[in-house]
Amino acid sequence: MAKNKSPLTRTREPLSNTQMLMFISIGIFAAMYLAAIIFMDSGFEKPQMFFDLLNDNAALIIISCALTIVMITGGINISAGGVISLTAMACALFLNNNGIGSSPLSIFLTLLLALGIGLGFGVLQGFLVSYLEIQPFIVTLAGMFLARGLTTILSRDPVKVTHEGFLQLVQTKLKINWLGYTAPNGALIPAKVEIGAIVAVGVVVLMALMLRFARFGRNVYAVGGNRQSALMLGINVKRTVFWAYVISGLLCGLAGFVFLIHKPAGNASVAMRSEMDAIAASIIGGTLLSGGVGNVVGTFFGAMILATIQKIIALSPLNASWWQDMANGAMLSFFILLQSVVLMRRNKKKDTKNDKNKDIAKERGAEIT
Amino acid sequence: MNKKKNAASGLRQLLIPLIALGILIVFNLIRDVSFFSVEMRVNNSGNVVLAGNLISIIDTASELAIIAMGMTLVTAACGGQDISVGAVGAISGAVLVKVLQAMGGITALSVVAAFAAATAVTILFKLFNGTLVAVFRIQPMIATLILFSCGRSIAYWINGSATPQLTSPIIDSIGKTIPGIPVPTPVFAVLLVALLLVLIFKFTSLRLYTQSVGINQGAARLNGVNPTVVKLISFVILGVCVSVAALIGVSRLGQLNHKTLLVDIEMDAILAVAIGGNSLAGGKFKLIGSVMGAYIIQMLTTTLYAMNVNPVNIKAYKAIVIIIIVVAGSPVIKNALTSLFKKRRPAKAQTEGVS
Repeated sequence: MAKNKSPLTRTREPLSNTQMLMFISIGIFAAMYLAAIIFMDSGFEKPQMFFDLLNDNAALIIISCALTIVMITGGINISAGGVISLTAMACALFLNNNGIGSSPLSIFLTLLLALGIGLGFGVLQGFLVSYLEIQPFIVTLAGMFLARGLTTILSRDPVKVTHEGFLQLVQTKLKINWLGYTAPNGALIPAKVEIGAIVAVGVVVLMALMLRFARFGRNVYAVGGNRQSALMLGINVKRTVFWAYVISGLLCGLAGFVFLIHKPAGNASVAMRSEMDAIAASIIGGTLLSGGVGNVVGTFFGAMILATIQKIIALSPLNASWWQDMANGAMLSFFILLQSVVLMRRNKKKDTKNDKNKDIAKERGAEIT
Repeated sequence: MNKKKNAASGLRQLLIPLIALGILIVFNLIRDVSFFSVEMRVNNSGNVVLAGNLISIIDTASELAIIAMGMTLVTAACGGQDISVGAVGAISGAVLVKVLQAMGGITALSVVAAFAAATAVTILFKLFNGTLVAVFRIQPMIATLILFSCGRSIAYWINGSATPQLTSPIIDSIGKTIPGIPVPTPVFAVLLVALLLVLIFKFTSLRLYTQSVGINQGAARLNGVNPTVVKLISFVILGVCVSVAALIGVSRLGQLNHKTLLVDIEMDAILAVAIGGNSLAGGKFKLIGSVMGAYIIQMLTTTLYAMNVNPVNIKAYKAIVIIIIVVAGSPVIKNALTSLFKKRRPAKAQTEGVS
């Protein structure tokens, strides 16, 4: 029986680890949210609070997905925050000065500009990492410097979007009546979901489907898990890594656009260190930096956990940025330790199982001889 | 024979930093020769000191060079980088100032005591990182992400929001110059740390152990090297380096600001390690490469300043230069070049044979 089972279990091993880490993070998110509902009297029971978390953190969720796919290949992309600020700044300037007027066309062109900037960074970084074999950390560090520097070259002062059509887009919100609540004066206030939140959820779903079912997605896991054996299986490793960075760059550009929809102003100091938040979200969601393990659904919940901590502290009497940092740090260390303990115990179990199989095999061998 | 081979491979590793340094020097020579002028000047406190761009480069890069040395060891042993050095440096500075304030006046003795206390605390924090990395087998970047995100908040918690001022001739002589000696003191600190590390490598097997753990942890363990201990030692050494850098950083400005002390130095330090030709995946390392990397980064910044580039925009130009340097040093380009040379050599031999 062990003989029949072993090839199956072997191919599914990294995925099952991922899923377990993902379920842990989902469970903790649920527990935290429930605790907030029970112990805090600040509106966590309203669906609007959940949607607010989504609205405020749409860009973070998107760049977390961007980081997850790169981290699955065993790389990293710390230029994400920089690309967000560059995209937001470039789009704000373009919207204010393009001269097309407030037609939908100019908004569409702005979206193309955002995606183009992201694509540019993705292609450049992907080429340097995959075809020139330079360490991803250094490449994307240079990318971060480049993006931040270009942002300040574009404009050192904050640029507010004055484009009317775009401001309408900012105000456009999906209203869900049955999830709303009745205000003290009797009026029904529907739950509001911003466009950015919908885009973010769409990105998560698309990425999850792609990583799970598309050939490219499977290749990404194979390359991250073991580059050598992926090569021997006939996977074009360099091309896979290249496209992972391109997708990551595109998502960063999209995140910049979503960021601008949420806060219609370009600013050089925006999204500082958000790449580290995104890395933290990916890790909490069960992605390993060593590659081959990860899941965007887990990443989504990782980002939501960070957002919930932020919200809880903002609504509690401890509202100070340094408390927030400390709580984030404590939460992160808790998750990291949990993961390491879980994975270690699993590996030990696997080892003992393997030893048992070996013993059985030995006995059988002895019988035959 | 073997030694010769080693020296050659060592030189090959230093090729990138040497080329980068050469390019920067040639560029500056063409642009403006006065960039290299060094003169004696009387500073504000009436001492005769050396001044000029070169002096300012080796002076300002001191913290970076010191941390880059420690980072090299951690990178070599763990195959990953510590991104919390800036934040832990802020904690170290906060402890230093706190102890100095608690002891009353600033005397040589109290500075030594405060530095010792700060170093002890820094080593504790680094041991926390090191334990996560070595015992719990967490990737270094993730393990240090914790302190990266909350280290500066801990520094704030230790010292409050104020930016305490330290005014004393002793602090000045640590951060700037000692009266009578024209060379800035931080330069001596770099030399001292480098000397200490070289002596450690000379009289112990730490270098060999670190490299063997970095190259193959399992094989090192089977050969009787304890990877956990070696990794922890590398973090302790990095802790001492960070503490020295924090002392210099605090005394250079004569004040502590937990938000700006050693800010962004982790990225520059990792960059210095990479420019120095060290693999970021661990294994063999060369300290001199990292130190050169640190000075190259500072020289680049100073060159850009001298060209009147706006300080906020410097990052973009820095990024372009970094990309050029790493592309020049990338394995693919290197291999292409070496194969080009190899092709040429047999061709030469053939033509010689024919003639």
